[in-house]
Amino acid sequence: MASTTTPITVPARARSRRVMKTWPLLLPSVAVLALWAFVPLVLTLWYSFQNYNLQMPPAVFGGLINYEYLLTDPDLPGVVFNTLIMVFVPLIVTVVLGTAFAVIYDGPFPGQPIARILVITPFFVMPTVAALVWKNLFFHPVWGLFSWLQQSLGMQPIDWFSSHPMTAIIIIISWAWTPFATLILLTAMQSLDREQIEAARMDGAKSIARFYYVVLPHLYRPIAVLVMLETVFFLSTYAEIYVTTMGGPGSATTNIPFYIYSRALMGFDVGLASAAGVFAIIIANIVAFFFVRIMSEQI
Amino acid sequence: MSTLELRNIHKSYGAVNIIKDVSLSVHDREFVVLVGPSGCGKSTLLRMIAGLEEITGGELTIDGEVMNDVSADARGLAMVFQSYALYPHMSVAENMGFALKLAKVPEAERNQKILQAAKILQLEHLLERKPKQLSGGQRQRVAIGRAIVRQPKIFLFDEPLSNLDAALRVQMRIELAELHRRLNATMIYVTHDQVEAMTMADRIVVLRDGVIEQVGTPLELYNNPANTFVAGFIGSPKMNLIEARVTEVEGGSAKLFINGGSTLTVAALRGLNAGDTVTVGLRPETIGPSDAGTVTGVVDVVEHLGSETLCYINLGSGPLLTAKLDSAAPVAVGDTMKLGVLKGKPILFAQSGEALRDR
Amino acid sequence: MATTQQRRHDTVRMILGWIVGLIMAFPVFWMGLAAFKTEQDAAAIPPKLFFSPTLENFVEMNERVNYLHHALNSILVSGTSTALAILLAAPAAYVMAFYPTKRTRSLMLWMLSVRFMPAVGALIPVYLILVYLGLIDTLSALILITCLANLPLIVWMLFSYFKEVPAEILEAARMDGARALTQLRYLLIPLTAPGISSTALLGMILAWNETFWCINITATKSGTLALAIASFANSEGQFWAKLSAASIASVAPILIFGWITQRQLVRGLTFGAVK
Repeated sequence: MASTTTPITVPARARSRRVMKTWPLLLPSVAVLALWAFVPLVLTLWYSFQNYNLQMPPAVFGGLINYEYLLTDPDLPGVVFNTLIMVFVPLIVTVVLGTAFAVIYDGPFPGQPIARILVITPFFVMPTVAALVWKNLFFHPVWGLFSWLQQSLGMQPIDWFSSHPMTAIIIIISWAWTPFATLILLTAMQSLDREQIEAARMDGAKSIARFYYVVLPHLYRPIAVLVMLETVFFLSTYAEIYVTTMGGPGSATTNIPFYIYSRALMGFDVGLASAAGVFAIIIANIVAFFFVRIMSEQI
Repeated sequence: MSTLELRNIHKSYGAVNIIKDVSLSVHDREFVVLVGPSGCGKSTLLRMIAGLEEITGGELTIDGEVMNDVSADARGLAMVFQSYALYPHMSVAENMGFALKLAKVPEAERNQKILQAAKILQLEHLLERKPKQLSGGQRQRVAIGRAIVRQPKIFLFDEPLSNLDAALRVQMRIELAELHRRLNATMIYVTHDQVEAMTMADRIVVLRDGVIEQVGTPLELYNNPANTFVAGFIGSPKMNLIEARVTEVEGGSAKLFINGGSTLTVAALRGLNAGDTVTVGLRPETIGPSDAGTVTGVVDVVEHLGSETLCYINLGSGPLLTAKLDSAAPVAVGDTMKLGVLKGKPILFAQSGEALRDR
Repeated sequence: MATTQQRRHDTVRMILGWIVGLIMAFPVFWMGLAAFKTEQDAAAIPPKLFFSPTLENFVEMNERVNYLHHALNSILVSGTSTALAILLAAPAAYVMAFYPTKRTRSLMLWMLSVRFMPAVGALIPVYLILVYLGLIDTLSALILITCLANLPLIVWMLFSYFKEVPAEILEAARMDGARALTQLRYLLIPLTAPGISSTALLGMILAWNETFWCINITATKSGTLALAIASFANSEGQFWAKLSAASIASVAPILIFGWITQRQLVRGLTFGAVK
């Protein structure tokens, strides 16, 4: 059926229909997230320039007065320091323990699935409950387990939240988040190509050397991801403080979120709290920037 | 009747032209193979026929009807994907019956058709299994079965054998050829493997960089390649393409000088002049040791295949010359060999790559 | 191929694995035990491992903590905010997975970055806006905010599950005559159902445990269990057995969800950065 008609050229089609149809599907979530992302941010920024105490409205433009006040607040260095401690110490503890636990769980043994479930349990416990368990169970000077242990050893029991509040809170955070680190590092370990380890064995490496030279480098990236995620979460530690020390004694365990909370909802100074909020946003954005950089290779 | 016509088909993604002005007629019940190296556009062409890619320019006609704007689900074609694309959560029978179910074919008829196709492909005992329980070859048959059941106007195959191991591939080639005979349907088949093209096709379409280099039956392409690309692509082992200079043209023959000292005398073609640079095409199976041979070189590598022996000969300069010898021929690495053309004739190509023909 | 060294490794691994597991889970276990003790037993020194169990704490906790009311709120907030998030996220994830463009990547990354916005940064404006709208201590406000907080994660998880469906399968369906809605019904939903369930479970876990917003924008009317425990602790911290009962009852459902979804958690929580 050879055709002898002259060829008919159809003009090149404009961009496919499909692209236009997809717009409305994206819109709801994007719009909603955009509002959620920008509106509070902008308002916090605006409030930070306002002299606004909820007990004495209205808000009056105050320029940089809040920032001045913030930076000269004698509590501030302590608060910043506390925030950093509450981020870095649990970070180190969870990463080290997480790696160790991941190594332990990276192989089969009788009852492994159950043991695994036990290890990750702390992660699912609400932060309030987690803090309370430790507060009453272990740290309580009268009926806590630690005080019982100390008494059995002939020592005086200590009131943890009075004398070592920071340590206590760090223990709580570490306990709750080590499972998170463990799960992530365990997953990363199990994606390591077994052949690399076998090659290392053939090359004569013993188990510690194998771990150090083959497994650990493979974990650098997951650890980086873990560090960034945990940094973001630890920067906003709140519930644990609320339920145990309320930032005290004094401001010994106040971190930036709690500082903001106490100034805003307890001290009613919205302007000052907003200035501190801007601070927190900047820090979080810096961390997010690095995280997104790593992420962008994945998608 | 299921015919297909491509007229001046053109495809571009933004500024990049993937397919440049392709025209082709596929006849009823023909087995046409689109073959070419990776990136030549053969899969894109097939997908445009299927409706899975937009046609930027030109016209696609099936049975006389223009199909450019018809959606893939309405063209009446069936496609077998390279990765089989079976529905993982459905059984073999459900996979094969899906299209019929969507077309609201009554269950009894559906089952009958599924059974028929299953018989042809020896899948009856696998009908209740899920794809992940099947081997590669079995999955491929299910993919074919899915297409058969629909009794489409045209079957489209996108490199269906690439994911199979070598032995299975050979077996499936034969089965597909038999299938074509049995179903007597129009089939368009895409592959990068020229052996598949040669063995299965009624006609082969050689593509390179979005352009058709040549269309013809397998033997036409083998005996009369239109240019060096087709000549080098079709035939295994690859045709030897050697640069040579015409030293003299006298009577009906032309003498060629090959770098390294070898010479060759071929039938002269009109328009051939002394001093011309040409490419000589010599198929390995047409050359061999000959006392009167004027092509000389040293044997570098010998491959004993049992059924034949391949020799790779160093002519002094340029690529190694491949010669296919009888397995009993005494050859050893290091031998100096004199070769001549024992059967067929060499093909001459101009510097542009076009084959030179006697006019 | 178990050499003696390997077998020794395996035994060490087993011992350590069980010790570590038991230590980590011990606090929860101990609290669970305390829930069934009388207040006296719970406060006993030395700590009692054996005792006669009682259910009185569970019975009383509703009085003191108003458990049922807050539990209902928790269920409503987790369920609704997650369902809402999935409804918003699914179409977006679908588009990004199956019709990607050059901008898809940046869009996904932007969404993830919203997740990192610190809640404290939004606390003041959100609080003031809610006061102005009269929405303090309402379930709708909490549901909406929880939904927004978890939305990036849910979009991401659905996106990654959708991407796992090979495009060729959908193309094969097209060739079989299926248009978009048919593809959705017969292929997409059955194939991604497990992924969607994991996403839903994870969303509910995170919503259930959400404490910050709960404490700050709700009170007795629409507070969830997170709030209930927090305020109970501050006012009645002496009644440890009852607190344990309330705590265990608040945590148990999530523990179960968590155990079910542990494998999918890593994908969701690290946004796929760890495989």
